[in-house]
Amino acid sequence: MSDLRQRQRRLARLAEPAVLLTPGLLFTAIFVGAPVLLVLAYMFAERGRFGGVEWTFTLENFRRANDALYLDVLWSSIGIAGTATAIALVIGYPTAYAITRLPRRWRTVALVLVVVPFWTNFLIRMYAWIVLLNSQGVVNDTLVGSGVTDERRSFLYTDGAVVAGLVYVYLPLMILPLYAAIERVEGELMEASSDLGASKVRTFWSVLLPLTLPGAITGSILVFVPSLGNFVVPELLGGGKTVMVGNLIRDQFLKVQDWPFGSVLAFVVVVALFVMFLLQAVVTRRIEGGGRHA
Amino acid sequence: MTTRTLRRRGTAAAALVSLVALTFAACGGDDSDEPSELDPDADLSKQTIVVSNWADYMPPDIAEKVEQETGAKVEITEHATNEDMVAKVVGSGGEGLDVVFGSQPYLQAFAEEGLLEPLDTEYLENWDSLDPKAQDLAEVDDQPYFAPYTWGTTGICYRTDLVDEAPTSWYDLLEPEEQYRGKITMMGTERWAVLPAQKALGYSVNTTDEDEMEDVKELMLAAKPHLLAYDDTTFYERLVSGEAVMVEAWDGWCNYGIAENPKIDFVVPEEGSDLWVDAIGILKSSENKEAAYAFVDTILDPENHAWASENILYNVPNDEAVSLLPEKLTEQYATLGARREEMLQGENMVDIGDASSLYNRIITEVTASDE
Repeated sequence: MSDLRQRQRRLARLAEPAVLLTPGLLFTAIFVGAPVLLVLAYMFAERGRFGGVEWTFTLENFRRANDALYLDVLWSSIGIAGTATAIALVIGYPTAYAITRLPRRWRTVALVLVVVPFWTNFLIRMYAWIVLLNSQGVVNDTLVGSGVTDERRSFLYTDGAVVAGLVYVYLPLMILPLYAAIERVEGELMEASSDLGASKVRTFWSVLLPLTLPGAITGSILVFVPSLGNFVVPELLGGGKTVMVGNLIRDQFLKVQDWPFGSVLAFVVVVALFVMFLLQAVVTRRIEGGGRHA
Repeated sequence: MTTRTLRRRGTAAAALVSLVALTFAACGGDDSDEPSELDPDADLSKQTIVVSNWADYMPPDIAEKVEQETGAKVEITEHATNEDMVAKVVGSGGEGLDVVFGSQPYLQAFAEEGLLEPLDTEYLENWDSLDPKAQDLAEVDDQPYFAPYTWGTTGICYRTDLVDEAPTSWYDLLEPEEQYRGKITMMGTERWAVLPAQKALGYSVNTTDEDEMEDVKELMLAAKPHLLAYDDTTFYERLVSGEAVMVEAWDGWCNYGIAENPKIDFVVPEEGSDLWVDAIGILKSSENKEAAYAFVDTILDPENHAWASENILYNVPNDEAVSLLPEKLTEQYATLGARREEMLQGENMVDIGDASSLYNRIITEVTASDE
């Protein structure tokens, strides 16, 4: 009798998540799973004599993707996205820390300010940068007008401008998870550390950083992934002189109609990202697991 | 104020068309390439056609005009790019679409795949006001298939007050003098990215020769360090602001710069350039061909056709329409007036099929290279 009831309860406990998960799973299966499968299928197809997709099995697209030209683009994209991520981390960590030290009232205000740029259309913000930084732009007008320099120079259309644009766009995605992670660390831990004679730097390295590393990794991934795939920033702030893997993939689909090759390039990026997620999972588990046994 | 139409004239037309052809092959359309029999007494007020065009690319009241003059009803749908338009035709199997505006390579490919209605120009009263050269360009296998709507060329758009001497050669752009370095833009779109180097070297804009394209690449690599940016859409604004002094530009788009600053001028370099055409085709699957013809004929009416020159500052291949343009306009924009002939000496740009991947590869190599 009670056995039966227990079994019913156990079933009910299982049924609830199943019901709750169904819409999400269905959506994902249809709108993520199916397109991914399609991309996987395209990779082995041929671009017909006139382009398009011809269902003849081939590995040619993979051979082509191995070409130094495309690998160079992939590496330089990883370099640019990695640099942007590192800079966002260096700017974002102190910012997030500072926000946690604010009085509670001001914390909300500060967080809103971090998010506000997201409410403005992405393209408008990119063009604002162009208006500010070009050789006839606001920054140059100010510098020349105030006599700091008499030579106008463009701050745009370089790899540096692309990195700056990516940092600017994705910085909030770095700050928010870091803020959440830092806020969770109890003040007593920091106090204990300094009571035991650790310097501020030592406290940061030995206490705060290890405890907030998962937040840093989450933020880094949130910045790195969209940076790697972005093709608007290199086009607008790089003046088309910087090609990232996102531009390459976009061109295969929209300009040359080489869908199979575009699919392979997209797949390569997904694999690269997947490896990174795996690393993140391993690192996070080790830290959290380690913490439990400490 | 000019209405601006952002358009991409891609070249991999056949790529998309082969898809369309597959779709249609299944429907087993008739393969005869004779124009359909039209009923001269058809009641047009019982026919409705759907026209797909780029936004702001024809008179906004064209539907009312057609209905007033012929009785036919016109519904308008818009496409952003040629690829978009082809996708529409594929997606619907031609159903629910009668007339399409597109760039010449795409319509050529459509015609070759039997998707376009060959035109019986007897039924187009205004056909004869079209420039004979444009009439020739409308032919595929000696049969006219589409009505040329606008045409133009590519050249150097520059600030007369910021250069000592007017540019005359593509080399002025590719190998600029010291003081202009970093103040030059070129286009990054496949056909137009390679055009300056192709023409400077004396090659065809339709070349598919790998050795020639290798030379083109070398010249582009040497030119890259002098560029401010690769720019397909805002080059004329950079001239207006003075960020750039010389840019590769389409004639119509250079006019957008001239509209804002009269110290801007356009030149076709001595080595020559291209001639691109946008046109109107009637789909073979249309069941309202009489109304479709009536629509095309209304567009070609010189007074309506002149609208494109007056409002989007493009050349129109219609001699009578050109003669209607106000003097003020043709004086302000030489490419619409005195120097129009020079614009049209260009080499006709056609679809290069498979070679588009060669072009794309070369452009990727150039743009991805470190300076």
